[in-house]
Amino acid sequence: MSLRDWLGTTLVRSGFGRMGYTVEPGLYGVGAPGPDSPVLVTANYKLSFDHLRGKLAGIDAWLVVLETFGINVWCAAGKGSFGTTELVLRVKASRLHELVGHRTIVVPQLGAPGVAAHHVKKRCGFTVRYGPVMARDLPLFLANNMVATPAMRRKTFPFRERLALIPVEMTMAGKWLLFAMAAVLVISGLAGTGDFQQNSLEVGRWPLVYLLAGVFGGGVLTPLLLPYLPGRAFAVKGGVAGLAVAAMICLSHFLLAGQINAGADLAWGVICTAVSSYLGMNFTGASTYTSLSGVKKEMRLAVPAQVCSIVAGSGWWFFLLFRG
Amino acid sequence: MADFVYLPEVVTLELDQLRCVGCGMCLEVCPHAVFRLNGRKAEIVRRDACMECGACATNCSVTAIKVQAGVGCAQAIFNQLLGKSKNNCC
Repeated sequence: MSLRDWLGTTLVRSGFGRMGYTVEPGLYGVGAPGPDSPVLVTANYKLSFDHLRGKLAGIDAWLVVLETFGINVWCAAGKGSFGTTELVLRVKASRLHELVGHRTIVVPQLGAPGVAAHHVKKRCGFTVRYGPVMARDLPLFLANNMVATPAMRRKTFPFRERLALIPVEMTMAGKWLLFAMAAVLVISGLAGTGDFQQNSLEVGRWPLVYLLAGVFGGGVLTPLLLPYLPGRAFAVKGGVAGLAVAAMICLSHFLLAGQINAGADLAWGVICTAVSSYLGMNFTGASTYTSLSGVKKEMRLAVPAQVCSIVAGSGWWFFLLFRG
Repeated sequence: MADFVYLPEVVTLELDQLRCVGCGMCLEVCPHAVFRLNGRKAEIVRRDACMECGACATNCSVTAIKVQAGVGCAQAIFNQLLGKSKNNCC
């Protein structure tokens, strides 16, 4: 793995060029594979591919890369592109039965939602062995006669994984944030007694802080503190984080300015909480344990509550600014 | 490490023990240890930990498992409601 690979990883982790970070599907070799070497299947997202080969130091293996259009194994399996048909096609196209003496392929366990092992066997003669969830366990799995320990079969969601997801979540929230910040500054500029620029900064300063705090609450605090925030619904966790941050901003406002504008601070506290709740709810997509039924259930309640809070908060702020 | 569990009593997972042949494939593919093998039959022991990924149902050779599989992603649900085919969820 070269510097270029590391740089690419950093960029896509930050959300840039993420949908076009691919490798060519097909057959690859790691080390010096022969007829007895294991066959490992992966997706054509370059992050998946690099991660896998990075964990195979000193192991000779064949890699079959499926066309998943730059999507990782788990998500692609959920959508079906990492699936039985594509796997059978690639196995046949790479003439694997001539290259190896055995008839076993190792599919990542998280590919299982898209792959029916019994159908693969029927259609191309290869037996699917599900590998561990994490590529880092592959050397042990291979050494252990392709048997995974129960721990290797569990998908956890540790702190460092939640941390790694923050940049991409922030980039995706970023364009909306810039738009909202511009709107706050323009509206503030039209209110107040001074000229536009003066008003923008005078009136818009604290609203901007609340807005950024809401994004911080839902986009940073919620992922990091996920297990410690109360509630099971992500919208609740995000809301709690947002409320806590709003309370701290309100206190800072009071300490710094010696007084607060109770109405405006309340309005923006509500908006901050709602923004944080929304972004927290959006983190369901990046998390490793939320079900479709559960997300639908929480959205039925949370989305109306978030919309109402933002409409009520900004309406109240407007009223305070322009009541004359 | 805290063991995450999402909302209780929502998942659509069903196991027909009459059809089950006890091959253990569902135990192997489940990322949240929802199943256990009890003698010659699988059983659901951690229903609320299920994330409806559908791996068990897809890999059950006797179709003993049913689940409305999908991705638990708010953005994907929004996109679907808005009729967008482009899915930026992952």
